[in-house]
Amino acid sequence: MNSLLSLYQDIILDHNRSPRNFGSLKHATHEAQGFNPLCGDKVHVYVEVEGNRIREIAFEGSGCAISTASSSLMTESLKGKTLDEALSFFESLRHFLTQPPDTPPPAGLDLGKLAALGGVRQYPTRVKCATLGWHTLQAALKPSGLPVTTEHDSHA
Amino acid sequence: MAIPLFSPKNPVSLAGRIRVLRDDFPVLREQIHGKPLVYFDNAATTQKPRPVIRVMSEYFEKQNANVHRGVHFLSELSTTLYEEARKTVADFLHASSPAEIIFTRGTTESINLIAQVLGQSLIQPGDEIILSELEHHSNIVPWQLLCERTGAQLRVIPILENGDLDYEAGMRLFGPKTRILALAHVSNALGTVNPLTSWIRRAHECGALVLIDGAQAIPHLPVDVADLDCDFYVFSGHKLYGPTGIGVLYGKSSWLERLPPWQGGGDMITSVTFQKTLYAAPPQRFEAGTPPIAQAIGIAEAIRYLKSVGYTDIQDQENRVADHALRRLREIPRIRLIGEPRERAAIVSFVLEGIHPHDVGTVLDQQGVAVRAGHHCAMPLMEHYRVPATVRASFAFYNTENEVDIMIEALEKAVELFGR
Repeated sequence: MNSLLSLYQDIILDHNRSPRNFGSLKHATHEAQGFNPLCGDKVHVYVEVEGNRIREIAFEGSGCAISTASSSLMTESLKGKTLDEALSFFESLRHFLTQPPDTPPPAGLDLGKLAALGGVRQYPTRVKCATLGWHTLQAALKPSGLPVTTEHDSHA
Repeated sequence: MAIPLFSPKNPVSLAGRIRVLRDDFPVLREQIHGKPLVYFDNAATTQKPRPVIRVMSEYFEKQNANVHRGVHFLSELSTTLYEEARKTVADFLHASSPAEIIFTRGTTESINLIAQVLGQSLIQPGDEIILSELEHHSNIVPWQLLCERTGAQLRVIPILENGDLDYEAGMRLFGPKTRILALAHVSNALGTVNPLTSWIRRAHECGALVLIDGAQAIPHLPVDVADLDCDFYVFSGHKLYGPTGIGVLYGKSSWLERLPPWQGGGDMITSVTFQKTLYAAPPQRFEAGTPPIAQAIGIAEAIRYLKSVGYTDIQDQENRVADHALRRLREIPRIRLIGEPRERAAIVSFVLEGIHPHDVGTVLDQQGVAVRAGHHCAMPLMEHYRVPATVRASFAFYNTENEVDIMIEALEKAVELFGR
């Protein structure tokens, strides 16, 4: 049960039950859809960028507790951030989530509430759930024209 | 009168027999996260009994050579073993000759083969291909590709809320344009057993060909292709207690003889010049290249094993386990069973309200219980039930009611964990 409790921490269950910034954005300047082919999770991320900053961010879709909570936490943590800050934060988070379970976050990286996602490091197949919303955000901000999947995220 | 020791009328003796049979499957003794493995993902792949593992290692250790080419001892031996395997499969299905059995990589390849060669030879723009809402993606996508190539159209037999085919609506789809009916024998997601006879008869009345996807049927029920009168029947070795990498395509010889090859290469020709190549007769015409020899020997052994267990006991045990699972699942307040078909084959699909199947799957895994959580490669079906995914417990004869109780306890843990 212990590793399950570290995966499903209270904050994860809370954001799963009541996801923040859930819905679409009327004035979105960027948006993308993401898809986890393993389990059928779908997420649609909307971003309203003003200047170089994320003014509003929201998401909708259906997914497991980890994917829903991670997207919800993402919207909370990125509001007001510059695009560069947002994308480099995702890089750091992804690096953190694909490290062996006991690796501490790198010095200088403040994950805040997102540290709660660290439980997925014991569940390699669930890393993709935790990064789906983020990959989708990245696609919204840097569109490649390809559908987003999470097929490349797992322990090396 | 004495009841025979292993009679299905004697539930105690059946339980005893199952205990003994479980010893044939080494993997069932494994511990997962410190808990005994409860393997309920049999619709994805079944575990392998010792006799299958043994014949395959013996083949590699003592018999390995390529087939259909050498004059040397081992090549002749391998050829004999490979062709005997084909005969074992033919007898198992009640095919009229071994030439009606083509070995492929799996169910998916068998369906793709047929879709390809029919596309080259038979299908015209405006023709119609009928399949059902229950199909696995492998019995949808090859036909869609065929439609794209030829201008044919897909028609879909809808299902009723309980997961049975909608007979009335489905029958209305048939007409003079119907060329192919491609239908699952058993649904991989819901366990629905389709009543094939009336559908096959209707298709034939329209002059259409019938392909039956038997991947989920063959482990659970006896199949007689002569009796079914289908034109093609396909399944995979690994869902039948055999190895991966091998599948079967049964085809009526009257059809196979008329169809063009699909892959070119060695083994499928009678003569090759740069001007003209003459193709071999079936089954060789459809088996270009070195075939899966060890796997063919493995699937034949799996069939012998399955016959020795016997479908009577297989069905008795699987029904007991599935009935127990349905009864216990209904006791969980937040459960929704997906599909309650009239006839079910050892597969139970459900969702727990408020908990995503993927999360349920992780909690069960921590208790050693292996289930499938996902869309089961049947996204149109998930759409029908308006769920993104389900939890699927699929049983084999080696599963027990006690294992079901372990799954139920784990589900109760999930409810507790997510309800806190």
